[in-house]
Amino acid sequence: MDWEGQKLAEQLMQIMLLAFAVIAFSAGYFTASFQTMILTYAGGVVLTTLVTLPNWPFFNRHPLKWLDPSEAEKHPKPQPSVNVTTKKKSIKK
Amino acid sequence: MHSFVYRANALLTFAVTILAFMCAMASLSDSFNSPTPSAQVQVLNINWFQKQPNGNDEISMTLNISADLQTLFTWNTKQVFVFLAAEYETPKNSLNQISLWDGIIPSKEHAKFLIHTSNKYRFIDQGSNLRGKEFNLTLHWHVMPKTGKMFADKIVLPGYRLPGEYR
Repeated sequence: MDWEGQKLAEQLMQIMLLAFAVIAFSAGYFTASFQTMILTYAGGVVLTTLVTLPNWPFFNRHPLKWLDPSEAEKHPKPQPSVNVTTKKKSIKK
Repeated sequence: MHSFVYRANALLTFAVTILAFMCAMASLSDSFNSPTPSAQVQVLNINWFQKQPNGNDEISMTLNISADLQTLFTWNTKQVFVFLAAEYETPKNSLNQISLWDGIIPSKEHAKFLIHTSNKYRFIDQGSNLRGKEFNLTLHWHVMPKTGKMFADKIVLPGYRLPGEYR
Protein backbone atom coordinates (compact mmCIF):
# COMPACT_ATOMS: atom_id res chain seq x y z
CA MET A 1 0.00 0.00 0.00
CA ASP A 2 1.47 3.37 -1.04
CA TRP A 3 1.13 6.74 0.73
CA GLU A 4 -1.94 7.84 -1.21
CA GLY A 5 -3.48 4.41 -0.60
CA GLN A 6 -2.95 4.72 3.16
CA LYS A 7 -4.68 8.11 3.18
CA LEU A 8 -7.55 6.71 1.11
CA ALA A 9 -7.92 3.64 3.36
CA GLU A 10 -8.02 5.80 6.49
CA GLN A 11 -10.62 8.20 5.07
CA LEU A 12 -12.75 5.40 3.62
CA MET A 13 -12.77 3.63 7.00
CA GLN A 14 -13.88 6.73 8.92
CA ILE A 15 -16.50 7.88 6.41
CA MET A 16 -18.01 4.42 5.93
CA LEU A 17 -18.25 3.70 9.67
CA LEU A 18 -19.87 7.08 10.38
CA ALA A 19 -22.31 6.67 7.49
CA PHE A 20 -23.31 3.20 8.64
CA ALA A 21 -23.73 4.45 12.21
CA VAL A 22 -26.17 7.13 11.03
CA ILE A 23 -28.06 4.65 8.81
CA ALA A 24 -28.19 2.00 11.55
CA PHE A 25 -29.39 4.41 14.23
CA SER A 26 -32.19 5.84 12.09
CA ALA A 27 -33.21 2.37 10.91
CA GLY A 28 -33.35 1.13 14.51
CA TYR A 29 -35.14 4.21 15.80
CA PHE A 30 -37.83 4.31 13.13
CA THR A 31 -38.53 0.57 13.13
CA ALA A 32 -38.40 0.70 16.97
CA SER A 33 -36.03 -2.22 17.03
CA PHE A 34 -32.70 -2.20 18.82
CA GLN A 35 -31.75 -5.43 17.08
CA THR A 36 -32.13 -3.83 13.65
CA MET A 37 -29.69 -1.11 14.68
CA ILE A 38 -27.08 -3.58 15.95
CA LEU A 39 -27.38 -5.88 12.91
CA THR A 40 -27.22 -3.02 10.40
CA TYR A 41 -24.17 -1.58 12.11
CA ALA A 42 -22.48 -4.99 12.35
CA GLY A 43 -23.05 -5.47 8.63
CA GLY A 44 -21.54 -2.04 7.99
CA VAL A 45 -18.46 -2.85 10.07
CA VAL A 46 -17.94 -6.12 8.18
CA LEU A 47 -18.28 -4.35 4.82
CA THR A 48 -15.85 -1.61 5.90
CA THR A 49 -13.41 -4.31 7.01
CA LEU A 50 -13.58 -5.98 3.62
CA VAL A 51 -13.02 -2.68 1.80
CA THR A 52 -10.23 -1.16 3.88
CA LEU A 53 -8.24 -4.04 5.44
CA PRO A 54 -6.89 -6.07 2.48
CA ASN A 55 -4.23 -4.51 0.28
CA TRP A 56 -6.46 -3.99 -2.77
CA PRO A 57 -4.92 -2.89 -6.11
CA PHE A 58 -6.65 0.51 -5.95
CA PHE A 59 -4.56 1.36 -2.88
CA ASN A 60 -1.40 0.97 -5.01
CA ARG A 61 -1.97 3.39 -7.89
CA HIS A 62 0.72 5.90 -6.82
CA PRO A 63 3.95 3.89 -6.47
CA LEU A 64 7.01 5.66 -5.07
CA LYS A 65 9.61 6.66 -7.69
CA TRP A 66 13.05 5.79 -6.38
CA LEU A 67 16.25 7.24 -7.87
CA ASP A 68 18.09 5.19 -10.48
CA PRO A 69 20.99 3.12 -9.10
CA SER A 70 23.35 4.86 -11.61
CA GLU A 71 22.31 8.24 -10.21
CA ALA A 72 23.16 7.09 -6.69
CA GLU A 73 26.64 5.99 -7.75
CA LYS A 74 27.47 9.54 -8.95
CA HIS A 75 26.93 10.85 -5.41
CA PRO A 76 28.63 8.34 -3.14
CA LYS A 77 28.10 8.35 0.61
CA PRO A 78 30.82 10.35 2.40
CA GLN A 79 33.28 7.96 4.05
CA PRO A 80 34.95 8.83 7.38
CA SER A 81 38.58 9.72 6.64
CA VAL A 82 41.40 7.77 8.32
CA ASN A 83 43.18 10.92 9.50
CA VAL A 84 40.27 12.15 11.63
CA THR A 85 40.02 8.92 13.59
CA THR A 86 43.73 8.80 14.40
CA LYS A 87 43.70 12.43 15.54
CA LYS A 88 40.84 11.76 17.94
CA LYS A 89 42.66 8.82 19.46
CA SER A 90 45.78 10.87 20.03
CA ILE A 91 43.81 13.58 21.83
CA LYS A 92 42.31 11.10 24.21
CA LYS A 93 45.75 9.87 25.18
CA MET B 1 3.66 1.12 9.69
CA HIS B 2 0.15 0.94 8.25
CA SER B 3 0.26 -2.81 8.01
CA PHE B 4 -2.78 -5.09 7.94
CA VAL B 5 -2.80 -5.36 11.73
CA TYR B 6 -2.45 -1.62 12.18
CA ARG B 7 -5.49 -1.01 9.96
CA ALA B 8 -7.46 -3.72 11.77
CA ASN B 9 -6.68 -2.08 15.11
CA ALA B 10 -7.71 1.38 13.91
CA LEU B 11 -10.95 0.08 12.40
CA LEU B 12 -11.94 -1.90 15.49
CA THR B 13 -11.21 0.98 17.85
CA PHE B 14 -13.18 3.47 15.79
CA ALA B 15 -16.08 1.03 15.28
CA VAL B 16 -16.42 0.35 19.01
CA THR B 17 -16.17 4.06 19.86
CA ILE B 18 -19.03 4.81 17.47
CA LEU B 19 -21.03 1.89 18.90
CA ALA B 20 -20.66 3.36 22.40
CA PHE B 21 -21.85 6.71 21.07
CA MET B 22 -24.87 5.06 19.39
CA CYS B 23 -25.78 3.36 22.66
CA ALA B 24 -25.56 6.70 24.46
CA MET B 25 -27.88 8.24 21.85
CA ALA B 26 -30.32 5.34 22.26
CA SER B 27 -30.40 5.93 26.00
CA LEU B 28 -30.88 9.66 25.41
CA SER B 29 -33.84 8.99 23.10
CA ASP B 30 -35.61 7.33 26.03
CA SER B 31 -36.00 10.66 27.81
CA PHE B 32 -38.21 11.95 24.96
CA ASN B 33 -40.75 9.28 25.90
CA SER B 34 -43.43 10.59 28.28
CA PRO B 35 -45.29 7.56 29.62
CA THR B 36 -48.92 7.62 30.78
CA PRO B 37 -49.33 4.42 32.78
CA SER B 38 -52.45 3.57 34.74
CA ALA B 39 -53.22 1.09 37.51
CA GLN B 40 -56.17 -0.06 39.60
CA VAL B 41 -56.10 -2.45 42.56
CA GLN B 42 -59.12 -3.90 44.32
CA VAL B 43 -58.95 -5.73 47.63
CA LEU B 44 -61.52 -8.45 46.94
CA ASN B 45 -61.36 -10.29 50.22
CA ILE B 46 -59.52 -10.43 53.54
CA ASN B 47 -58.83 -14.19 53.74
CA TRP B 48 -57.66 -14.17 57.31
CA PHE B 49 -56.21 -11.71 59.82
CA GLN B 50 -54.47 -12.85 62.95
CA LYS B 51 -51.86 -12.13 65.57
CA GLN B 52 -48.85 -14.44 65.50
CA PRO B 53 -47.65 -15.95 68.83
CA ASN B 54 -44.70 -13.55 68.78
CA GLY B 55 -47.04 -10.56 68.65
CA ASN B 56 -46.78 -9.59 64.97
CA ASP B 57 -49.92 -9.03 62.92
CA GLU B 58 -50.27 -11.02 59.73
CA ILE B 59 -52.94 -10.67 57.09
CA SER B 60 -53.79 -12.53 53.91
CA MET B 61 -55.85 -10.88 51.21
CA THR B 62 -57.05 -11.48 47.67
CA LEU B 63 -56.21 -8.77 45.17
CA ASN B 64 -57.28 -7.78 41.70
CA ILE B 65 -54.43 -5.92 40.04
CA SER B 66 -54.97 -4.34 36.65
CA ALA B 67 -52.51 -2.04 34.97
CA ASP B 68 -51.62 -0.65 31.58
CA LEU B 69 -47.87 -0.04 31.40
CA GLN B 70 -47.55 -0.18 27.60
CA THR B 71 -46.38 3.41 27.30
CA LEU B 72 -43.31 2.62 29.43
CA PHE B 73 -41.89 0.54 26.62
CA THR B 74 -39.62 2.15 24.01
CA TRP B 75 -37.30 0.61 21.43
CA ASN B 76 -34.57 0.61 24.09
CA THR B 77 -36.54 -1.24 26.80
CA LYS B 78 -35.44 -4.73 27.79
CA GLN B 79 -38.02 -5.41 30.49
CA VAL B 80 -40.01 -3.76 33.25
CA PHE B 81 -40.04 -4.94 36.84
CA VAL B 82 -43.21 -4.10 38.77
CA PHE B 83 -44.11 -4.64 42.38
CA LEU B 84 -47.10 -3.77 44.50
CA ALA B 85 -46.31 -2.54 48.00
CA ALA B 86 -48.54 -1.82 50.96
CA GLU B 87 -47.40 1.41 52.58
CA TYR B 88 -48.55 2.67 55.96
CA GLU B 89 -47.44 4.70 58.92
CA THR B 90 -46.88 3.44 62.46
CA PRO B 91 -45.90 5.37 65.61
CA LYS B 92 -42.38 3.93 65.34
CA ASN B 93 -41.78 4.29 61.59
CA SER B 94 -43.16 6.99 59.34
CA LEU B 95 -43.07 4.67 56.30
CA ASN B 96 -43.49 0.90 56.25
CA GLN B 97 -43.32 -0.80 52.88
CA ILE B 98 -44.33 -4.42 52.39
CA SER B 99 -44.08 -5.99 48.98
CA LEU B 100 -47.23 -8.03 48.30
CA TRP B 101 -46.76 -9.01 44.68
CA ASP B 102 -44.17 -8.55 41.95
CA GLY B 103 -43.63 -9.50 38.34
CA ILE B 104 -41.37 -9.05 35.33
CA ILE B 105 -42.94 -7.77 32.13
CA PRO B 106 -40.79 -8.97 29.21
CA SER B 107 -42.47 -7.08 26.37
CA LYS B 108 -45.01 -4.45 25.42
CA GLU B 109 -47.57 -7.14 24.52
CA HIS B 110 -47.62 -8.28 28.16
CA ALA B 111 -47.73 -4.78 29.61
CA LYS B 112 -51.53 -4.59 29.84
CA PHE B 113 -52.60 -7.14 32.39
CA LEU B 114 -55.21 -8.11 34.94
CA ILE B 115 -54.11 -10.42 37.75
CA HIS B 116 -56.30 -12.07 40.32
CA THR B 117 -54.09 -13.27 43.16
CA SER B 118 -53.66 -13.58 46.89
CA ASN B 119 -50.61 -11.77 48.22
CA LYS B 120 -47.48 -13.48 46.89
CA TYR B 121 -45.31 -12.42 49.84
CA ARG B 122 -46.50 -12.47 53.44
CA PHE B 123 -48.03 -9.27 54.80
CA ILE B 124 -46.58 -9.15 58.33
CA ASP B 125 -46.25 -6.02 60.44
CA GLN B 126 -43.33 -5.72 62.86
CA GLY B 127 -45.63 -5.21 65.80
CA SER B 128 -49.36 -5.13 66.26
CA ASN B 129 -50.41 -2.07 64.30
CA LEU B 130 -52.56 -3.45 61.51
CA ARG B 131 -56.05 -3.40 63.07
CA GLY B 132 -58.13 -0.69 61.39
CA LYS B 133 -55.00 0.67 59.71
CA GLU B 134 -55.34 2.93 56.69
CA PHE B 135 -52.83 2.09 53.99
CA ASN B 136 -51.80 2.88 50.44
CA LEU B 137 -51.24 0.32 47.75
CA THR B 138 -48.40 1.58 45.57
CA LEU B 139 -47.42 0.13 42.23
CA HIS B 140 -43.69 0.68 41.75
CA TRP B 141 -41.86 -0.04 38.53
CA HIS B 142 -38.30 -0.07 37.27
CA VAL B 143 -37.75 0.24 33.52
CA MET B 144 -34.64 -1.71 32.53
CA PRO B 145 -33.19 -0.49 29.24
CA LYS B 146 -31.14 -2.46 26.75
CA THR B 147 -28.48 0.18 27.18
CA GLY B 148 -28.14 3.27 29.35
CA LYS B 149 -30.13 4.84 32.12
CA MET B 150 -32.66 2.99 34.28
CA PHE B 151 -35.95 4.69 35.13
CA ALA B 152 -38.14 4.12 38.18
CA ASP B 153 -41.52 5.56 39.13
CA LYS B 154 -44.72 4.64 40.96
CA ILE B 155 -48.46 5.12 41.19
CA VAL B 156 -49.86 5.63 44.68
CA LEU B 157 -53.40 4.31 45.26
CA PRO B 158 -54.59 5.69 48.60
CA GLY B 159 -57.61 4.99 50.75
CA TYR B 160 -57.56 1.33 51.76
CA ARG B 161 -58.42 0.23 55.30
CA LEU B 162 -57.76 -3.03 57.13
CA PRO B 163 -60.53 -4.61 59.28
CA GLY B 164 -60.71 -3.59 62.91
CA GLU B 165 -60.86 -7.11 64.32
CA TYR B 166 -58.90 -10.34 63.83
CA ARG B 167 -60.72 -13.06 61.90
